[in-house]
Amino acid sequence: MTNEQLLPPGAAAPNFTLNATPDQSLSLSDLKGRPVVLAFYPADWSPVCGDQMALYNEALPEFQAYGAEIVGISVDGVWCHVAFAKDRKLEFPLLADFEPKGAVAKLYGAYREGDGFCERALFVIDKNGVIAWSYLSPLAVNPGADGILQALEQLPK
Amino acid sequence: MQGDPRAPVILVEYGDYQCPYCGEAYSIVKDVQKYFADKLAFVFRNFPLTRMHPEAENAAETAEFAGAHGHFWEMHDLLYENQDALGPEFYLAAAKELGLSGEELNEALRQHAFKARIRSDFMGGLKSGVNGTPSFFMNGKRHDGPFDFEPLVAAIDAELRASAYARTAGH
Repeated sequence: MTNEQLLPPGAAAPNFTLNATPDQSLSLSDLKGRPVVLAFYPADWSPVCGDQMALYNEALPEFQAYGAEIVGISVDGVWCHVAFAKDRKLEFPLLADFEPKGAVAKLYGAYREGDGFCERALFVIDKNGVIAWSYLSPLAVNPGADGILQALEQLPK
Repeated sequence: MQGDPRAPVILVEYGDYQCPYCGEAYSIVKDVQKYFADKLAFVFRNFPLTRMHPEAENAAETAEFAGAHGHFWEMHDLLYENQDALGPEFYLAAAKELGLSGEELNEALRQHAFKARIRSDFMGGLKSGVNGTPSFFMNGKRHDGPFDFEPLVAAIDAELRASAYARTAGH
């Protein structure tokens, strides 16, 4: 498992449309014109205070300072996401890569075939829809926000 | 900082006063400090998860207020020993116990006098790779294992060996 399986910097970020809530969908193309952070992660409800999504929630002002949107993606269904987002008071969308399972994660090289859930993988996409940075984290390690912040900092203004 | 700044290993914890895992880590860190004595210095930096923990910011500001009057560590300890009680009445009582002015504390909290300092800790933490609370760094390297006594000791031991090697090898 290495960084090489992920779509690399320079590749166009594949467009997709996924449900963010039971009756609303979000397409990557909706966000064109600003940097986008995609955070693929294995599953909602890991039993830790400072889990990855909660951390990004705390860091939201820092991402917004770059004009960037952040979006979380896992194979959990929309109702699971709704409950998780409510519990963690998340203020950014969680997308359900639910049907077909992991299809979007596969486009990005971020799907764990045998396990049936997403890798813990981060992408920073520039405002033109090109991947500027990608990073594969070991499943057991929360990669934090420093790589994302550095990548956002290095985007052309 | 607790301990000698020239100690071979500096342990930094990024913590949130309302986080139960940090509450657990609190007594473990004390045991680790006893174990390593003067080989270890300890620094606590603020990383409040304010959206999850409603009192995290106020507790942190209370500790920084106490710190401005030379009582940081006593307040830090009082907060962790009374996590269930965190709230305006407790901060007042704790300030009084440390001989600090309750009025001054309330004014500092009202004005968020220490908010910028805490935000600066938080930003520094984010940029250093803090990924949750508690987050530990030994000589600047993030500890990715569990924060029980043995794994912390093992990581600090490894850092002691590495720094001893660096010294004898003339780096």
